[in-house]
Amino acid sequence: MTRTDILPLAVRTVSAWTATLLIVFPLLWLVLTAFKTELQAIQVPPQLFFTPTLENFGEVQQRSDYLLFAKNSLITSLGSTILGLLIAAPAAYSMAFFRTRRTRDVLMWMLSTKMMPAVGALVPIYVLAQTSGMLDTLTGLTIVFTMSNLPIMVWMLYSSFKDIPPEILEASRMDGATIWGEFRHVILPLGMGGLASTSLLCLVLSWNEAFWSLNLSSAKAGTLAALIASYSSPEGLFWAKLSAASLMAIAPIVVFGWFSQKQLVQGLTFGAVK
Amino acid sequence: MSFLQLQGIEKTFGDVRTIKGIDLGIERGEFVVFVGPSGCGKSTLLRLIAGLETIDRGKLVLDGRDITRLPSSKRDLAMVFQSYALYPHMSVADNMSFALRLAGASKSVIDEKVQRAAQILNLLPYLDRTPRELSGGQRQRVAIGRAIVRSPKIFLFDEPLSNLDAALRGQTRVEIAKLHRDLGATTIYVTHDQVEAMTLADRVVVLRDGQIEQVGTPLELYDRPANQFVAQFIGTPRMNVVAADAVPQFEAVLGMKVPAGGFVGLRPESIALTAPAQGQVQGHVDLIEALGAETLIHVSTDRGAQFVSRQNERTVLSAGDSVGLRFDPAQAHLFDAQGRVARNAAAHAH
Repeated sequence: MTRTDILPLAVRTVSAWTATLLIVFPLLWLVLTAFKTELQAIQVPPQLFFTPTLENFGEVQQRSDYLLFAKNSLITSLGSTILGLLIAAPAAYSMAFFRTRRTRDVLMWMLSTKMMPAVGALVPIYVLAQTSGMLDTLTGLTIVFTMSNLPIMVWMLYSSFKDIPPEILEASRMDGATIWGEFRHVILPLGMGGLASTSLLCLVLSWNEAFWSLNLSSAKAGTLAALIASYSSPEGLFWAKLSAASLMAIAPIVVFGWFSQKQLVQGLTFGAVK
Repeated sequence: MSFLQLQGIEKTFGDVRTIKGIDLGIERGEFVVFVGPSGCGKSTLLRLIAGLETIDRGKLVLDGRDITRLPSSKRDLAMVFQSYALYPHMSVADNMSFALRLAGASKSVIDEKVQRAAQILNLLPYLDRTPRELSGGQRQRVAIGRAIVRSPKIFLFDEPLSNLDAALRGQTRVEIAKLHRDLGATTIYVTHDQVEAMTLADRVVVLRDGQIEQVGTPLELYDRPANQFVAQFIGTPRMNVVAADAVPQFEAVLGMKVPAGGFVGLRPESIALTAPAQGQVQGHVDLIEALGAETLIHVSTDRGAQFVSRQNERTVLSAGDSVGLRFDPAQAHLFDAQGRVARNAAAHAH
């Protein structure tokens, strides 16, 4: 008996939909609320059918300059992705093709830094940012995002490079390629899938990053995460506006993720499935 | 001075001395084969010459230029890998022209050279295909084509036939031999297969444990091995080597003195089988391998020494039969207790 025979199709369909709805429900609720007035938003029992309004979106832009935060998010995400690739690609290259006895340990150590709660490093990083004048700057945020993403980037690129047979690189060296030529003509085209999915994931992670942007930025360099947070205080909770702001913050990355999901999933399997 | 000169080349991986001081000269246009059992360091030695591993000690001089510390890309050598190592994302034509394009050759020169190589290797219909659309043998030819196109100073082959099936291996071996005859390019070829070594080489270098055991033409190695290792490594089936005291009155039978604790080596063709009474030594048949053109007969003597005899005729013997063995004393090789040769067989009439 194959696995698909265990439950009838109807049961499987219903359970899949139930699970999906449960997971997506908060998001659906947020979308609905974003199109309500503040009064409708706090009504009990909540209304499922109402006349949608766009006024919340206009107010969010007016009150807190959505576009500035969106621009900051874009700059820090793209910046940290590019900076991260510049560091992670050579690191992964050397670990994949010039293995030593310690390569495995170094990789594990890098990953282990992700196990530490970020708050443990908050004070030192805050002080560093403050004394170097990086507090509330896009440069400072970009650097911190890069560092927090680097372990994952190195790991992903390492596993994607490892799939390239080393003899192909040796052949290119015999053919007269320098390290740069090797990278451009062999690694780049053959590792394109890995590089793309790594970049996508890094973009998503940086865009969604909240901890560091809340703690290291305020008015000037704040990202969309900081924008959303600003709506929970100090005048009390404005559910409709908060929802509108959240929707505006997540919409770009959700759309982006939708289009790149194939690459993302491929990258996240860490080279386990070919 | 030789075209390629290896002077005291050494390589250590961790605590293991893989290559223990190799001195060797290779002449222009020569086809040299490095042969030895797996782990003997033959591939490492080739990779040291290629520049894919760094040389720890010693000097490598190519055409009067010291290339010991030069990166692979600057050595002007071409290599054919066991796994072919073709660029999977490039067409056959692009694979072959990659080196020329890197070197900035003009399009007309590139086209001409690629066409010529493709013609020699029968690859013209496949120039636009990618490697994955080719068979193993075709991939192998592309790998060779990639080397030819560059007209390098030396061709390096690292076990290029190991991934092919037996029939294709024999055919490609002949093609490589023809190619070398036509192009006259200096070639270093690594293999663990002594038949490839014997059929392709001008000179064979037998390696063991990172050291050269013997260098010579294929027939020199066959007729005058420097030691027991070479004697048994070259030739199939391998030379029978037995302790001098394994056969009663062996010295009397052969009519010669064997060094104390030494060994006697006899090629399978130097042992004839007779009726038991006519033999110098008596034994019985263990196994018969009838190969058609030749027959290999495995025999044990009454004292347990084992021999293989080769004859060109078919045999009426069967396993268990009693036989007599006659040794050809002129063809006997003697080795001392350390395995060094004490006497080689008399020269064959060529």
